[in-house]
Amino acid sequence: MRVNFTVNGRPQEADDVWEGESLLYVLRERLGLPGSKNACEQGECGSCTVRLDGVPVCSCLVAAGQAEGRDVVTVEGLADFARQRSCGTGACGGTSLDEARQWQAEGTDSQTGEGSGLSPIQQAFIDAGAVQCGFCTPGLLVAADEMLERNPNPTDADIREALSGNLCRCTGYEKIMDAVRLAAARQSEGV
Amino acid sequence: MDFLRPASWEEALAAKAEHPTAVPIAGGTDVMVEINFDHRRPEYLMDLNRIGDLTEWEVGEDTVRLGASVPYTKIMENLRAELPGLALASHTVASPQIRNRGGVGGNLGTASPAGDAHPALLAAGAEVEVESVRGSRRIPIDEFYRGVKRNALAPDELIRAVHVKKADGPQQFSKVGTRNAMVIAVCAFGLALHPETRTVRTGIGSAAPTPVRAKAAEEFLNAALDEGGFWDNGKIITPSVAKRFADLCSAACNPIDDVRGTASYRRHAVGVMARRTLTWTWESYRGTRRASEGAA
Repeated sequence: MRVNFTVNGRPQEADDVWEGESLLYVLRERLGLPGSKNACEQGECGSCTVRLDGVPVCSCLVAAGQAEGRDVVTVEGLADFARQRSCGTGACGGTSLDEARQWQAEGTDSQTGEGSGLSPIQQAFIDAGAVQCGFCTPGLLVAADEMLERNPNPTDADIREALSGNLCRCTGYEKIMDAVRLAAARQSEGV
Repeated sequence: MDFLRPASWEEALAAKAEHPTAVPIAGGTDVMVEINFDHRRPEYLMDLNRIGDLTEWEVGEDTVRLGASVPYTKIMENLRAELPGLALASHTVASPQIRNRGGVGGNLGTASPAGDAHPALLAAGAEVEVESVRGSRRIPIDEFYRGVKRNALAPDELIRAVHVKKADGPQQFSKVGTRNAMVIAVCAFGLALHPETRTVRTGIGSAAPTPVRAKAAEEFLNAALDEGGFWDNGKIITPSVAKRFADLCSAACNPIDDVRGTASYRRHAVGVMARRTLTWTWESYRGTRRASEGAA
């Protein structure tokens, strides 16, 4: 069957999709978006977390056909998504002259996330050293970003709960907690 | 495999009548696991996500009509006052990602003894609204579970909603697992006080082939509370009464040994949860009694 939906702001069409196929498979194998990771395939690990119409879900548990006509954001689109969100709240007042002069035709590859910069949560993960092998990172980024959108001043308990569906086998989670606290602090300072 | 995408409830019923083997999929948190692992290859997969009213709920005079696909997240956020037991149970379901997709209809459709909603539904008192092209009927929750992963649905029927009695007293839910998140219950227990009828109802999960009530324990406790005038005098429940209640709840179990726990552990843990949830709810009942007396 054919599935039409929007991924990271762009209309996409996947052909020859098997009816029992997951959204995760379509993203990775048919649309060339391998950011969402395939690990447990049973909703235990959260490494395939994407936003479906804004809601964080395990894409391995969404049948591809269920995504028809809907809006998906993956980790590849997180930077753009975060930028548009902060613009939507009036945080950016147009393009400065300097920025305009430095403009480059990047983003031709924005579907892969390359050349589109980093979202604040991605930068915070790097700065806090929250990435080790990196396999769980995309899911954690999507989940953490959504929590900070909903809850700008999370307690540690809020962070733990929001990330409770994402397993990391490297870090022991402490650096991940640091990263989310850092992103929350920067967000509230408007950095 | 064929993917059916009914745009309305009527279309879904017609499709289910035409293809009784069609597997309905809403949140997908059970069905997709089985497909991903090749445990199941249904001939027809029927997506219910396009049917908007399945994700809606209505708070009525005595009951809440909860659409089959209302995600657990919404129950936690919106129905904590009306359905406290179910809201607590919802909060223990898996993870935020799963709670954003899964709902009570799926729990009922799968009818796993470990489904988290079941003890809360049994304790609160509920009816499952099912429908086919032949008509609609309501199945009392006590008659819904028919065996391990078997329920009272006919092949052409779909679950539309569940009607849960609004809480008229404190409710609690307790679950045993290896950690707080992402846990399939080793066993679970729900308890609801119903001061209006002066009864207590229970629900046991994952400790018998189906979710069950501890009916002998309920009868014992109802009689003991009545005899001692507890509902009126609001006294602390006698430890011997709590102990006997817990023992009878353990005795209502018919568990198995499996990877998550042994039968004897489950029986023991259900007793502990029964005593604790009774204490928690009763203390809460005494607190509200005192508060209302103080105000009067």
